Amino acid sequence: MSSISTKTFRLTRRRWLKGAGGLALGLMAPIRAFAEDTIKVGILHSLSGTMAISETTLKDVMLMLIAEQNEKGGLLGKKLEPVVVDPASNWPLFAEKARELISKDHVAAVFGCWTSVSRKSVLPVFKELNNILFYPVQFEGEESERNVFYTGAAPNQQAIPAVDYLMSPDGGSVKRWVLEGTDYVYPRTTNKILQAYLKLKGVADEDVMINYTPFSFSDWQTEVSRIKAFGSAGKKTAVVSTINGDANVPFYKELGNQGIKATDIPVVAFSVGEEELAGLDTKPLVGHLAAWNYFESIKTPENEAFIKAWHAFTKNPKRVTNDPMEAHYIGFNMWVKAVTKAGTTDPDKVIATLPGIKQANLTGGISTMLPNHYITKPVYIGEIRADGQFDVVWKTKRLVPGDAWSPYLPGSKDLVADWVTLNCGNYNKITKKCGGA
Amino acid sequence: MCFSRARLAALPLVFGFAFVSLFAGAAYAGPYEDALAGFTQGSLSDTGDAIQKVVASGNPLAEQVLSALQDGRLMYSAEQKAVYIQTKNGKLLYASTGKPFTGKPPDDIDNVIVNNRLRNLISADLGTLMLMSADPDHRINAAQAVFRSRDLGALPNLEKALAKETDPRVKTALEQARAALILSMPGATQAQKLAAIATVRDRYDLDALALLADIPSRETPPVARAATDAIQAIKTRLAEWDAVQNAWYGISLGSVLMLAAIGLAITFGVMGVINMAHGEMVMLGAYVTFAVQEAIRGYDPALFDYSLVIAIPLAFLFSGFVGILIERSIIRFLYGRPLETLLATWGLSLVLQQAVRTIFGPDNRDVGNPSFMSGAFNLGGITVTYNRFWIVCFALVVFVALIGILRFTRLGLEMRAVTQNRPMAASMGIRTSRIDALTFGLGSGIAGIAGVALSQIDNVSPNLGQSYIIDSFMVVVFGGVGNLWGTFVGSFVLGVANKFLEPYAGAVLGKITILVLIILFIQKRPRGLFALKGRAVEA
Repeated sequence: MSSISTKTFRLTRRRWLKGAGGLALGLMAPIRAFAEDTIKVGILHSLSGTMAISETTLKDVMLMLIAEQNEKGGLLGKKLEPVVVDPASNWPLFAEKARELISKDHVAAVFGCWTSVSRKSVLPVFKELNNILFYPVQFEGEESERNVFYTGAAPNQQAIPAVDYLMSPDGGSVKRWVLEGTDYVYPRTTNKILQAYLKLKGVADEDVMINYTPFSFSDWQTEVSRIKAFGSAGKKTAVVSTINGDANVPFYKELGNQGIKATDIPVVAFSVGEEELAGLDTKPLVGHLAAWNYFESIKTPENEAFIKAWHAFTKNPKRVTNDPMEAHYIGFNMWVKAVTKAGTTDPDKVIATLPGIKQANLTGGISTMLPNHYITKPVYIGEIRADGQFDVVWKTKRLVPGDAWSPYLPGSKDLVADWVTLNCGNYNKITKKCGGA
Repeated sequence: MCFSRARLAALPLVFGFAFVSLFAGAAYAGPYEDALAGFTQGSLSDTGDAIQKVVASGNPLAEQVLSALQDGRLMYSAEQKAVYIQTKNGKLLYASTGKPFTGKPPDDIDNVIVNNRLRNLISADLGTLMLMSADPDHRINAAQAVFRSRDLGALPNLEKALAKETDPRVKTALEQARAALILSMPGATQAQKLAAIATVRDRYDLDALALLADIPSRETPPVARAATDAIQAIKTRLAEWDAVQNAWYGISLGSVLMLAAIGLAITFGVMGVINMAHGEMVMLGAYVTFAVQEAIRGYDPALFDYSLVIAIPLAFLFSGFVGILIERSIIRFLYGRPLETLLATWGLSLVLQQAVRTIFGPDNRDVGNPSFMSGAFNLGGITVTYNRFWIVCFALVVFVALIGILRFTRLGLEMRAVTQNRPMAASMGIRTSRIDALTFGLGSGIAGIAGVALSQIDNVSPNLGQSYIIDSFMVVVFGGVGNLWGTFVGSFVLGVANKFLEPYAGAVLGKITILVLIILFIQKRPRGLFALKGRAVEA
């Protein structure tokens, strides 16, 4: 009796598996069907795991941009076809998925990555298989690769102007600095650059406190009270925050609860945008700052059209837009222009065409792709509003070109990147050789 | 009685208001109206000038304009060249007259933007204006604002307010504010300065320290010496309080660890199931809180302060139900096979995470703090935030309740019987499989309750559980498997140790040190702090 029942159970389970497999195949079929006459675009963003919180939005914006381009008639007479893969916030998997996109799906270019470690993980793949990566996130710089185009901000397009603003009378003439960051490569490099820069500006060593916390750190009581103590030495104090991801919400909650107002100790953040504030009661945070190259609240016709399209595409009028989304917008349109100009999607030709391509950004300026594969960007300082958006309180007069190598670090100040005339990402001005310090 | 007094106090204000606005109406485009035009320029420096002019005009509406500006409720239309005050309930008033605005608001209406420099300016000016306010709390805030801004222009008003003040709390605050002004005033005598230093010192806080910090370098020797002594006295006092503060932080961290771990202490400690999906039960509890708050926002926002009370039983039931489901469908086939259990529950945790991510989206959900959990209070020299305070209380209540269930209820008795000797319990007529399911459900339900508490201090995102699973296992293993008291003591010991290490070693190194210490401790005492003895060890 019992053996029979097990048997039927097994059978049904097998049948179910078969059915599910068939279903999955059926779903995949239409994607493969018109594979021949399209240009494929790879989207390499984590849709699960820790980074899904930030990267899922970028996948959505890429789908939107590709759909818009197809409505305009595609590219070179062909439709664009997005190929989405999920590297699951797993750094080695990024490299595997990148290889899959390039060698199996034959994509013309890839838009993706968020953390620097994921970018470093895919670099060798892009070099070996000679393809193009557009990287949309602010990062520590100190890199320039032939196959990568950096549409996010370099430190001189975000961190340095933010510090300059805080030092100015409008920013409060800050004299004492807390550099608070998550413990990984981006905050450590950025803080190294900032430390050198502050020293150059005459800030004494005892007026700088550097502190790191682990990823997803949630118990900020001690750290915040240390900041409070550091800030009561009679000099105006500010916090420069390179805290990344999940840890920000408890950090700001603790600031609000311990009553640190932006008028006492302002916090300027490089990784907190509209998206991060969406999960937070922002009333206690009014006046804290963020430095970006784009804010949703900036009123230009381009930005309004972009936000409208985004709301329509996601069918959610509350979805916010943020800086890395704008970076993908610029990057994608630059790629489209370069492919149109070159008349082909061949990576070598597109890489050669891209420097010099101009594209209107969403805040009213024209960004240019530079020979070092960085772009020119405006820098905005925004103060958090009660509704989770930002008021722009300061901006650079003109667009700032991105520095691949920081002039403030001893190891990199002699290096230049130029892929047009020198064909080198780390040319040493002193030794006149390509190949670093 | 109280009512009429408030009215009496308001009377002269109303009269004065009517009087001046009459004049302002007659003298069209006076200094106040001119000043308002500065707000329509959309530039920060013009706004700054306008603030100063509005204050200088002495118009009674100035206070209303400045507090609207501070809260982002001052609106302007560049086309109409008009400035409006938005009241707290969303109505528009003309800033020029204070009369209600009727008709359709202009299309280009927008907030007047301020930055931190202007916010400081506003709070200093508001402080000066509010010193005479009828509400003692407003007067204290105003005094604090003057203390911070050290705006010498406030001194005449301050003296006036001080002469009239009767409330001792406000009086102290006003005296401290005056002392702060005297210390930054060029013409003050030495005796005045010495008295001021003594007044400021008596605050014994960081603000006092900040105020006194640069005095030794710029004052005459006797004043400088007094300041140095005062700084030393404050620092000594603060250092003493610092130890208390660290202990409190440790207790607070310990309570969070205990909340996260106590459910695991039941499923892992009592039942011996390595449940890697435990963190996800916590996460589900947090999402139940989110769902409850969403429902309250939709139906009856007045209930918001009770949202957590409503969420606690729901989170317990939901997580408990999911726990029972997991036990019945997966874990019961794997008893006695720890490796398979570990893999199955690990996979399950990924499934649950992705399910939540698909349903609610990958980004953080906004779980608000009810009003009783926002802000902080001062206890002697330490700041205790309300959310941490209530979580500590809540953790203790949960612990006592759990001990009570295990000790005094029939379910608890049967649970203990089954874990101590399964065949014997079964032969006494206890349905062991039912007890297994209920025990697992209880552990999961407690995790769900922990999720409600953690939603108040951490991100409500699909990854919430992951960050607690390692800590939870650490606590249970350190405290001694199978013993709730071990979990209790273990979590608080780890919390306090962590918080005393953090200021010296930093957060990253502090955590590593704790892990190394635990490894050493486990070498010495493999069964944790409170090892089970006797026959129970074999079970």
